[in-house]
Amino acid sequence: MRKIWSIPGGIHPEENKSQSLQLPLGEVALPSELIFPLSQHIGAPAKPIVTVGERVLAGQKIADAKGMISAAVHASTSGTVTAIEDRTLPHPSGLSGPCIVLAADGKDEFAAFEACEDYLSLDKAVLVQKIREAGIAGMGGAGFPTAVKLSPRANQPIDTLIINGTECEPYITADDILMQTQAEDIIKGTLLLAHILSQPGRIVIGIEDNKPLAIAAITQAAEGTPVEVVSFPTKYPSGGEKQLIQILTGKEVPSGALPSSIGIVLQNVGTTVAAYEAVRFGKPLIERITTVVGEALATQRNIRVRLGTPIHHVLAEHGFAEKKAMRLIVGGPMMGYALEQDDVPVVKTTNCILAPTKKEMPPPRPTQACIRCGMCAEACPASLLPQQMYWYAAAEEYDRLEAQNIMDCIECGACSYVCPSNIPLVQYYRAAKGTMRQMAIDKEKSDRSRKRFEFRQERIAKAEAEKEAKRLARKKAAELAKQKQEADKAAGVQPSGHTAKADIVATAMASAKAKQATPEEQKAKLERAVTSAEGRLEKLQQRHSDADGDMKERLAAQIKQAELKLQEAKDKLAHFTPVPTAITTVAADAPAATADPNDPVAVAIARAQAKMTMAPDEKLQANIVSLTGRLAKAEEKLAAAKAENSDKVDALQTGVDKLKEKIASAEQELAELTPSAPTATPAPEQDAAAAAIERAKAKAAAQANLSPEDKLRDQLTSINGRLEKARIKLEQAQAENTDTVAALQLGLDKMLAKQDKLRDELRALNPNAPELTDQPATAAEVAPQPAPTVDAATAAIEKAKAKADALASMSPEDKLRDQIASLETRLDKAKQRLAKAEAEDDPNLDAFKAGVEKTEAKLQQTKQQLVTSNS
Amino acid sequence: MAFMKMTSPHATRAGDTGDVMKQVILACVPGLIALSYFFGPGSLINVILASATAIACEAGVLKLRNRPIDFFLKDYSAVVTGVLLGLALPPYCPWWVVVVGTACAIILAKHLYGGMGYNPFNPAMVGYVILLISFPVEMTQWAVPRTMLAEGQDLLGPLSALQQIFLGGAIDAYTGATPLDVFKHNDSQLVQHLYASEPIFSTARWAGAGWEWVNLGFLLGGAYLLYRKIFTWHTPVSMLVTLFLLSVVFYDGGSSHSGGSPLLHLLSGATMLGAFFIATDPVSSAVSTKGRLFYGAGIGILVYVIRVWGNYPDAVAFAVLLMNFAAPFIDYYTLPRTYGHDKARRATEKED
Repeated sequence: MRKIWSIPGGIHPEENKSQSLQLPLGEVALPSELIFPLSQHIGAPAKPIVTVGERVLAGQKIADAKGMISAAVHASTSGTVTAIEDRTLPHPSGLSGPCIVLAADGKDEFAAFEACEDYLSLDKAVLVQKIREAGIAGMGGAGFPTAVKLSPRANQPIDTLIINGTECEPYITADDILMQTQAEDIIKGTLLLAHILSQPGRIVIGIEDNKPLAIAAITQAAEGTPVEVVSFPTKYPSGGEKQLIQILTGKEVPSGALPSSIGIVLQNVGTTVAAYEAVRFGKPLIERITTVVGEALATQRNIRVRLGTPIHHVLAEHGFAEKKAMRLIVGGPMMGYALEQDDVPVVKTTNCILAPTKKEMPPPRPTQACIRCGMCAEACPASLLPQQMYWYAAAEEYDRLEAQNIMDCIECGACSYVCPSNIPLVQYYRAAKGTMRQMAIDKEKSDRSRKRFEFRQERIAKAEAEKEAKRLARKKAAELAKQKQEADKAAGVQPSGHTAKADIVATAMASAKAKQATPEEQKAKLERAVTSAEGRLEKLQQRHSDADGDMKERLAAQIKQAELKLQEAKDKLAHFTPVPTAITTVAADAPAATADPNDPVAVAIARAQAKMTMAPDEKLQANIVSLTGRLAKAEEKLAAAKAENSDKVDALQTGVDKLKEKIASAEQELAELTPSAPTATPAPEQDAAAAAIERAKAKAAAQANLSPEDKLRDQLTSINGRLEKARIKLEQAQAENTDTVAALQLGLDKMLAKQDKLRDELRALNPNAPELTDQPATAAEVAPQPAPTVDAATAAIEKAKAKADALASMSPEDKLRDQIASLETRLDKAKQRLAKAEAEDDPNLDAFKAGVEKTEAKLQQTKQQLVTSNS
Repeated sequence: MAFMKMTSPHATRAGDTGDVMKQVILACVPGLIALSYFFGPGSLINVILASATAIACEAGVLKLRNRPIDFFLKDYSAVVTGVLLGLALPPYCPWWVVVVGTACAIILAKHLYGGMGYNPFNPAMVGYVILLISFPVEMTQWAVPRTMLAEGQDLLGPLSALQQIFLGGAIDAYTGATPLDVFKHNDSQLVQHLYASEPIFSTARWAGAGWEWVNLGFLLGGAYLLYRKIFTWHTPVSMLVTLFLLSVVFYDGGSSHSGGSPLLHLLSGATMLGAFFIATDPVSSAVSTKGRLFYGAGIGILVYVIRVWGNYPDAVAFAVLLMNFAAPFIDYYTLPRTYGHDKARRATEKED
């Protein structure tokens, strides 16, 4: 036999194991109502897949595992689902939670189980999936989903499989009787688990030496197999996961880590049998062995009981004398929890129902002062100093508690057991640990917001400085231009804009003609918009019903938006009356459309252009800001997921990591850019400003030359390009399964909508335009549609002429005023949008904010310019 | 039906703090028997007087503090303080010495610091030191052991003892120097000669007439407490081993400047009482096993240093009180290594 290590501390409470071993394993009658809590395990609650009124068979899955760390729930008899509602849970808190309630029909019809003889030839993943489907969770008490434990990370090879038959808690004999009666199955199950874990080098079943019958049975069954049976001296809490590992291997599980990190997987004997039965016979976890014990019962024994059976039903079958009992415990006397109500069900982790009399477990004696005798420290299996932890817990000194490693307390209760002053030590530690966990979460949150705030302050200060620098540069440029103009005037040169002016007029005429869409066409367009909106809504709703979790909420928001849009489109259609004159006004205004704040496309283009003309470092900064915003959000989500122990933690983690990487690289780039910036800026700034003025002039000329159709074409081409890019990005994201998929999808949808709109507009102008297919536009000369209402067109031309004249004769000051007015409208618009985004918690909130800030800054600048040019 | 809501564990071991204290009192009996046999009923009267005073003071202060008197008296901690102080005081010392000392112990050293479980210093030793400094004459007159009595002289009977204690009077014939006193004041004789000439050594087997048996009695009581797991071996063993090693190192073969033999140090004065009944007071000592090793060693060193180079012949009270000061400090740096951690932490690391 191999060496056995000893654990520090430990106690020897009265075992009280013989009472429940006098009778053979029994059964209880079928109860009329069974209750299946959706959360019988550690991790996310299961998701019901039956409806109220549905008939289910024994062994039929009634709730599905939700996420990675979760377990399915199965009906344990046939009957009808009568409710899916909150019931009192078998939990220390005594709180209620969602349960599926089943009225048994007494027929006890079973669903067909899929047996498998040759299971060892199956793929490991298939076996794990079978175990997962069977809803198996640790039956020793913790209820950790077994399939998760059996899928350790690839970089953590498992070299030891330990099967826990210790059962160190007094009174409980469920595992003992299981080992006595189903030793063969335990060995088969052990070999199955070893197979799934790629045959670890050591396979060992650990049993305390107070179970000689179990040891004999298991030893006999294990003969000829690589399974080692090790018995060791009885001491509480040898059966704790960490303690058993120490006893059998001499290794310690590092603080805060899982046993798999040191190559060990540990499973309870009951879980092992359940896994074997699930794989071999296809039988899900619908029953377990539970010890029913205590002096308040007439019959004390072990029973095979259907999960979901109410505890009062079990007690009634065992002659429960309610008057004699004072407390009712689920689990053992050391770590079990007291129930306030006996209407809770037996669940996967219920290894014992203990109904002691007052004499057997008298009420706790009054607590005396701690004299720091140190008996608790002697008893602690984790080598903590309970007397110090008590002192600090009572004083709420959480830093000190942290240094005392309170988080490594396994709450075994050995300290409370030995305390001569009868101090409920474990209770203090539980409370302190809960507070500390909450404090850690709060601290993380506040740290995050503090960082965010500091970063924002920094960013604003930087932006201010940059604006100031630019303003100075512009002022200089403006002065130069003014001087030049005056010099030109003095020289008697005619304004060079003369020919350009003529061009503007010509294009205005052309576009006014072009924009004349027939009322029929406009109506058709509106109808199309309605159909498209309807289609989109339908699609979203489809996805919404398929999705779950975060995605669902996001989709719900999108649906709301889509509904609004649809409503808008319908309204428009309903109010649509063909008013030709209105159309002409629109047409006449067309040349000015580039600056029209009412046109979202134009605004978007303006924004994009603004982005393009941004200095590279500005761009990077904006980028970083937006990334940081996203990171903060992602981190929040991650924290929430962690707190809920959600199965998305990993995915979110990768997302956060990726974002961090991105930010780091962006910051690096920025760092590389900035040092050179101050030296480079002063000289080229003027040139750049001059160049920008030149460029703007050229652009204005070019745009003035473009027909609205061409403009639309341009826009369409650009949006096609962007669309292509977005698609690629989305595909990438989907392939990598990052959490940005939803956001990208949203962006893509928006762009598609825009594309539709542009196409509609273009179609209105020119139904034969080649851009109406998915091909990117090539140079295509399409003759403008003949104008149906010539009078309107002439009016438009007149107006355009007037405007062009006005523009040409405008002084720079007037231009600036004009600009200010336009900026003010834009700012209003942007603010409105921001408010809306804030209300809807739009993912692009940061971008909107940046936009508003930028517009404000520009407005300020322009006003300044005006002041300087006036003075 | 609603059941009682309680947190685990639901089972606890029988017994309470009072039982622990009763065990300590019980363990004092062999030492007390030895004291009574060799020095007469003085110590027993001391113990009874001190216990009664302790209970009275405790009850009085609890009443003043509006605490349940009955509940706290049942923890027997006051009685333990009284018993230990009574054992430490010289037999037949005036009654008011005992009363003042015990009152100081209970009121000053215990309740002014918050009562049971909150006193940083060992109450009995605080009482002892106050008496030693305030009434040096009364505190340094120890009774002569029965082996040194003159021919025809007998130990004081209970009645004359009571008369002596409550009415006073000259009992010079019954008082003498303790072995440690004798040793302290010797600077001319070799140890060998001293042992032969001084009756306190010449009538004894190893380390002073009567004293050696008293110490063995307390050792026996201490062994009983260890067996009952009332405390761990760390403090007493560490203290005794340190004291032993130092006395070996400075014995220097028994010259006139010798520090005294290891046996003298282990079996004279208050060594065993200190090691098993005073230093092991859990409230005022270090908490971890490692910490208790340091704590015990510190007491051992201080006892030796004060005995040999200091002004007092014995030093258990001072040594224990000085180490009481150091106990919280020791606690910060002697946390045990917790399961799953590579090394032990420091309790103060969060404050750095």
